[in-house]
Amino acid sequence: MPFNRKAHKFNASINEVEIGTGDKAIKLGGENTFPFYSFDGSLGSGPKIGVEITDLGLDGEPDGVKAYYAGCNTIGEIAKKAAQMPGGDFVVLRLAGGDPNGANKSVDDLVAVAKEVADAIDTPLVVEGCKNVEKDADLLAKVAGALQGKNILVMSAKEENYKAIGAAAGLAYGQKVGAESAVDINLAKQLNVVMTQLGVPASSIVMNTGSAAVGYGFDYTISTFDRVRAAALGQDDKMLQMPIITPVASETWAVKESTAAEEDADEGWGPVEARGISMEVQTATACLVSGSDAVILKHPESVKTISRLIKELV
Amino acid sequence: MALSGIQIFKLTPKKNCKECGCPTCMAFSMKVAQGAKQISECPHMSAEALEQLSEATAPPMKTIKVGAGDSEHTLGGETVLYRHEKTFVNKTVYAASICTCMDDAEIDAKLAQVPSVDYDRINERMYTEMINVNFGKDTTPERFAEVAKKAAAVRPVILSVKDEAAAKAAMDAVKDTKPVLDGADASNYEAFNKLATDAGVVLGVGGTSIDELYDTVQKLEKLGNKNLILDVTMDSIKATFEAAVIIRRAALADGDRSFGYPSIVKVNKLTDDRELQQSLVALFTLKYGSIVVVDTMDYAMALPLYGLRQNLFTDPQKPMKVAPGIYPINGADENSVCLTTVDFALTYFLVSGELERSGVPCNLIISDAGGLSVLTSWAAGKLSATSISKYIQENVEGKIKNRTLIIPGKVAVLKGDLENKLPGWKIVVAPLEAVQLVKFLKDMKANGEI
Repeated sequence: MPFNRKAHKFNASINEVEIGTGDKAIKLGGENTFPFYSFDGSLGSGPKIGVEITDLGLDGEPDGVKAYYAGCNTIGEIAKKAAQMPGGDFVVLRLAGGDPNGANKSVDDLVAVAKEVADAIDTPLVVEGCKNVEKDADLLAKVAGALQGKNILVMSAKEENYKAIGAAAGLAYGQKVGAESAVDINLAKQLNVVMTQLGVPASSIVMNTGSAAVGYGFDYTISTFDRVRAAALGQDDKMLQMPIITPVASETWAVKESTAAEEDADEGWGPVEARGISMEVQTATACLVSGSDAVILKHPESVKTISRLIKELV
Repeated sequence: MALSGIQIFKLTPKKNCKECGCPTCMAFSMKVAQGAKQISECPHMSAEALEQLSEATAPPMKTIKVGAGDSEHTLGGETVLYRHEKTFVNKTVYAASICTCMDDAEIDAKLAQVPSVDYDRINERMYTEMINVNFGKDTTPERFAEVAKKAAAVRPVILSVKDEAAAKAAMDAVKDTKPVLDGADASNYEAFNKLATDAGVVLGVGGTSIDELYDTVQKLEKLGNKNLILDVTMDSIKATFEAAVIIRRAALADGDRSFGYPSIVKVNKLTDDRELQQSLVALFTLKYGSIVVVDTMDYAMALPLYGLRQNLFTDPQKPMKVAPGIYPINGADENSVCLTTVDFALTYFLVSGELERSGVPCNLIISDAGGLSVLTSWAAGKLSATSISKYIQENVEGKIKNRTLIIPGKVAVLKGDLENKLPGWKIVVAPLEAVQLVKFLKDMKANGEI
């Protein structure tokens, strides 16, 4: 008896959200099947890769990242180089310097940084905040205004500050909004509901349902992705059909495996940079195959590898 | 197809003899339907009924064993496609690969490297469990057997070979170690089936397409062999991913028993690029590889991979716990400041990661809090001033001289009670979030408080 292959088709799809303008604009989402299940249906335009830079420059970055940006002196030059990274589709500016417990840069300074970056590149831009909800509310609202017309994605709108960020980015200035929740399908849905009630069109929302480095509670990440996609496609849940974007680099380059210098690490661990790349590559792979429509990376080697993976599977 | 409890009940003797341990035949039938009991546990079932039922109530995917003695690994036996539905049961096993086309020095070096990755992570031993021995071009059966024997002394092996004479020579040499004889396909399955069944080992079956593989599996099943593993590696990454998903889904979602076997994915055949190999090994850990073969497993590849596997295979209803104890961080000694939190692995990793980033030497004290997060365990009464003080008096005071204890900000309410219960200790309340610990500890250090 020959094998009776059964396709698993859905009558729903993930929203397609465009970011950027002109020729280099990209679409996130659009698929009507589970990640990379091209044998079941359409993958839309396929997952995308963001290249992360921060306003803090290159200090503290791994050697391979520093080497890639060698010769860049201003944030504008760094951004330009990031936009050219082979395999990358868009640039992500993380305004880490805004953190009141860190560099605590002023909102005006950071808006100027965002403008410099936006002016330097023609690829789509995603802006992440500093993780402090009060500061982000002010900062990201102002960034959204300053970059009006660029069709950027403003991340980091959380339960606590979605009104300020959503209203500015999604309503007043016509940008796209990234709704960030903490690894829980109900929280993700709730945030999308309140964001749309605020008036932000569902078609302007991208979700960051939270992430972790593999090994660090990634079980919750997997199950959240699996369940979000099952609800979006299987039950046609409109409030979960937003494409998913996942910051990977900021999680994976902070864990012990990626930071412990060879002399401080356990025996046999080997050079720290190779460990960091492994953490980034494997976490990004796991996110993509579980449901991310875009991953944010920073090491050129990781970007190259993940872009090859996507090409092989799409 | 699964039967309902009523359908099973109709076939039971309906004697209510209780010999199966259930009060009634009906209760027994309901348990069989849920998979909680095996039909064979009823001593009075007629032979025909038993046959009819064991076929219908058998699990959708076979559980098979490879390796012998302490090195035995259990594969397959999965019942769901997603971990949130019900726990994944038998974790992915990883194999490094050698080939008879390598010279002896290279083979020896690779075999010596395999055991070097071996460490503990949250009560689980992490190491490369198997070795794939590839039959290279122009190899004699004797050499294949010799290399297989060398490898089998290190780890259980997968014999990747399509040549019957070589397979036979290697089986003669290593069959007692219960290798996987991998290489059966449409052209040689009869001979390979005989080799595998005679030696009582698992037979690996491959094919150039999903349909061809299915056809060969059915032929092997007709010959009575159900001790199989399916090599889903196809000629491209895309085709291999498709095969891995389609085959597992056919078995678990569509009830096709002929695909109800564990799988093997040889990512080293799909690419030579090390970085892409590690991406693929993560991919096929999530999407249904029971054994995944890479060229070389080193620490850089293993650290994220084994963490991913550990996360994937945890029981979603049972959180991962770290063992209670004193965990010194940043070279802490008996005079370093103490912090405490719960034994929930996620919390432990978050907190210890931030403590490491602070660079401040400190002792992280973990007591048994039921594997729950800080607030949940506090609400459940598992993290209390009593539980913390008892643990500290019994296990810490004799070993640590420092008498400052930092407690999680979320249970600041415990401070007063702890001060009463732990005389001589200074209790300090930490910030609410772990990420704030770095600055908090640095400030304390700068102010000379610790």
